[in-house]
Amino acid sequence: MIELKCDVMVIGAGHAGMAAALFAAQRGLSVVQAGTTGGIDFGSGFIDVLGVHPVAEKRELDEPWQGVASLRAESSEHPYARLNRDDITDGINAFTDFLTAQGLAFQGNEGRNLRLPTPAGTTKRTYLAPATMAPGATALREKAPCLIVSFDGLKGFSGRQLTETLGKNWPALRSAIITFPGLDGELYPEHMANALADPARRKALAETVRPHLGDARYAGFPAMLGVLDCAEVTRHMEELLGVTVFEIPTLPPPIMGVRLRAAFDRGLHGLGVRTLSQKTVMTARPSPDGFRFRAGGAREEYAISARAAVLATGRFFGKGIRQQTHDMRETVFDLPVARPADPDDWYDDVFFSQNGHPADRCGVLFDDDFRPLNDDGTPFHHRLHAAGAILSGHDWIREKSGTGLAVGTAWKAVNTLAKSLGEAG
Amino acid sequence: MERKTHASERPDHRRRRHRHRAGKRSRPTRRLLLLLEKRDLNAGASGANHGLLHSGGRYVSGDAEAAIECREEGDILKRLAPQCIEETAGLFVAVDGDDETFAADFPGNCKRCGIPCKELDPARARELEPYLSERTFAAYEVQDGSIDPFMLALDNVAHAVSLGAKTMRNARVRSFDIEKGRIRRVHVTDETENREFIVEPELVVNAAGAWAGEIATMAGAQVGVICSKGTLLVTQDRLSTRVINRLRKPSDGDILVPGGTVSVLGTTSVRVPSPEDATPTREECVRQVEDAAKMMPVLASTRYIRAYAGIRPLISLGGSDDRNVSRGFSLVNHDHEGIDNFITISGGKLTTYRLMAEKAADLVCEKLGENTPCRTREEPLPASVSGRWTEPGLAPRNFAAETGRTDVMLCECELISRSVIEEITRNLENMRGRSALNAIGMRSRMGKGPCQGAFCGPRVTSYLYDREVLSGTRGIEELKSFIQRRWKGQKPIMWGRTAEQVELQEALHCALLELELTGEDE
Repeated sequence: MIELKCDVMVIGAGHAGMAAALFAAQRGLSVVQAGTTGGIDFGSGFIDVLGVHPVAEKRELDEPWQGVASLRAESSEHPYARLNRDDITDGINAFTDFLTAQGLAFQGNEGRNLRLPTPAGTTKRTYLAPATMAPGATALREKAPCLIVSFDGLKGFSGRQLTETLGKNWPALRSAIITFPGLDGELYPEHMANALADPARRKALAETVRPHLGDARYAGFPAMLGVLDCAEVTRHMEELLGVTVFEIPTLPPPIMGVRLRAAFDRGLHGLGVRTLSQKTVMTARPSPDGFRFRAGGAREEYAISARAAVLATGRFFGKGIRQQTHDMRETVFDLPVARPADPDDWYDDVFFSQNGHPADRCGVLFDDDFRPLNDDGTPFHHRLHAAGAILSGHDWIREKSGTGLAVGTAWKAVNTLAKSLGEAG
Repeated sequence: MERKTHASERPDHRRRRHRHRAGKRSRPTRRLLLLLEKRDLNAGASGANHGLLHSGGRYVSGDAEAAIECREEGDILKRLAPQCIEETAGLFVAVDGDDETFAADFPGNCKRCGIPCKELDPARARELEPYLSERTFAAYEVQDGSIDPFMLALDNVAHAVSLGAKTMRNARVRSFDIEKGRIRRVHVTDETENREFIVEPELVVNAAGAWAGEIATMAGAQVGVICSKGTLLVTQDRLSTRVINRLRKPSDGDILVPGGTVSVLGTTSVRVPSPEDATPTREECVRQVEDAAKMMPVLASTRYIRAYAGIRPLISLGGSDDRNVSRGFSLVNHDHEGIDNFITISGGKLTTYRLMAEKAADLVCEKLGENTPCRTREEPLPASVSGRWTEPGLAPRNFAAETGRTDVMLCECELISRSVIEEITRNLENMRGRSALNAIGMRSRMGKGPCQGAFCGPRVTSYLYDREVLSGTRGIEELKSFIQRRWKGQKPIMWGRTAEQVELQEALHCALLELELTGEDE
């Protein structure tokens, strides 16, 4: 058993947990973080703030802040109702500044949403996109001559699918299937990205693509242009091809997951965060001045004394809330979960239902500082905060608000607990 | 697309273009057999059952005739269609609280029906099947088997086609023209092409299962079909080597049938108003899991992949409890209702399907004045190319043995490679129907693993675009329809790992791909 002491225990290693660990460490607090592989590894890299509002009307937003304002006005239960715009933008800025320093830059559209192509051939609105993907929005908007490159052996990414679905309104969109130089059989974005660390391989790739370019001014690739060297790989490909190059997300496992994981591993370690990788919290014992946790998994076990904690375990996929045949339980503290009383009401008959599923709005109730509440409406513990998907009252999947909500709530939770710990001395 | 017009409103010469002249071929002794299927093979109860080849043990206590039929037919199928059957053997087990007299009478009842049955010490039974409850007090071994109903149907149809039959999917019978006591014309909508056509039959066999009543009504005849919904659950792992039956008066949730790499738990028997009401409910699933866990406690904690429901067509003979309505079949010659060339074959169960077909074929021959005997009792059912990819575990073995490292794994749950999808697609031809994706799902294990289409759905869609099987936005529509069909089976079992998997799927399909925002209003 390894004993650890810290100011803040962050439970969860998805976007909210990573953001909370980052913000706490940047304020000089000592941080221990536990959590298993999850949302980060499936991340697209898009930083959504709000893409659809109202969800029931399927209204896609070009102006996310107008949507956030009306959401705040309409629903006091939504986490955005407890955040002002500065909380969200300050959090996102701190988050993206950190990632930019690790090699992952982001681009936006002056406060408006970008509209980008997806691998299904649909389009998606987002607030900020990785800089390697953002030019896709310009190509799409201008209907510019563009070649989509897909690779024989990379499943789930068909250039022809994009031209068939988007081509009706984008006649200058073309596609080609090529062989990735030096790799055969089944291709994975991570293998391709690693191969492109070698400039000679980029030249070989450019030679294979060039005959298909024609009059294209843009070339769209499945996201695999490098790992944390993606800015340089993309710039080099643009130089070699003489066109603007952009990436389109792929189906899982995406390269963005690998990039984000690498950036957080390296960057949080540099800030002194103690990461208990692949360890989950097994027991949690609150006391008046903090918490005792036991965390484990394979091999070592840890006993952690923390003065404060951030619960960022996610909803179902993150295992923050476990669905049982008749109930939903919060998995670390056994907090009350807000949910419809009858389990028959948790899901709609239609998977792609216009209103979404009520289960996707379940979670812990919280106060203005994102402290989870007991059944009687009092905070469960004065230094336990929650962030991200485990909060009730939002449907990030239908709203397209995932990362904005994770980062914004983590920002406010950490600010509050930093103040509380500072006052306690 | 041709405008839908009732055929009788059209000039005669136009109608003739789409006319199939059944029974009037150039060779006078050879008749054309046309199989019309309103959706796809196995779309009804043939694809939504337990996949159980009954030893007959289940019926010995209540219906000796059915028990004997099962025993005889089971033996024939094991001999003639071995590719579709796994001879797993079966156990009948009673646990504390079950009726001891019922259990004690079981071996004697089996003997009376000629059904081999061996008593096992409960401890020995638990050695053979470690997941059995510690509270097992009686166990008997019988010769149950597991049967792949998809392969069985595909092989049967392939065999019929090799003998000259024609089949049409998405071909919905609309009405009959009856003149002088005979069905002269059958009006059919080809829903793939959205056009009407007419068949002039010598004889019509109504084998529409739960829809047999509707078809009979079109002919002015009557078949009293009671629709009985059976809900079943599929586990992620195979939990037993043998079929496990609860040794008690037949009830819900008392049989667990292994099928390849999974087990199937069921089933309910609930009367529903319409054959279209084949949606499994959460309540039916939870109730069966809780009850069956008394027989095998692991069933309370194991991961379920999906639930499904089929509609049994029970033929009404009066009475209140549908489980006591005969599971035997009915062959009806409707000449007593004044229609000479119309018969109905309905009811029955998968184990006795061949016998049902034999009796129906004999009646067809009698009415047509043929005296060729039915040969399905002796002739093997050939294994077909179209049926082969429904077998769990075949695709992985093939991948390991044949294609190796140049192939691409489109479905990682069931290990279905690009070359397998390519082969199925190549053989689809006119069997494609309205959705290539759904047709492939029906002919392989695609979408049947833990991801339930979350990953393989979009991947196969992309591949079909590359192959130019899909164009425009059709692939998006087919994907959404495919996912909705899988959802119907996930919604009732949203607990534990299923809820985790579904949230990941939503994150991919909705948060990233925004599939829910596509559709009619675009």
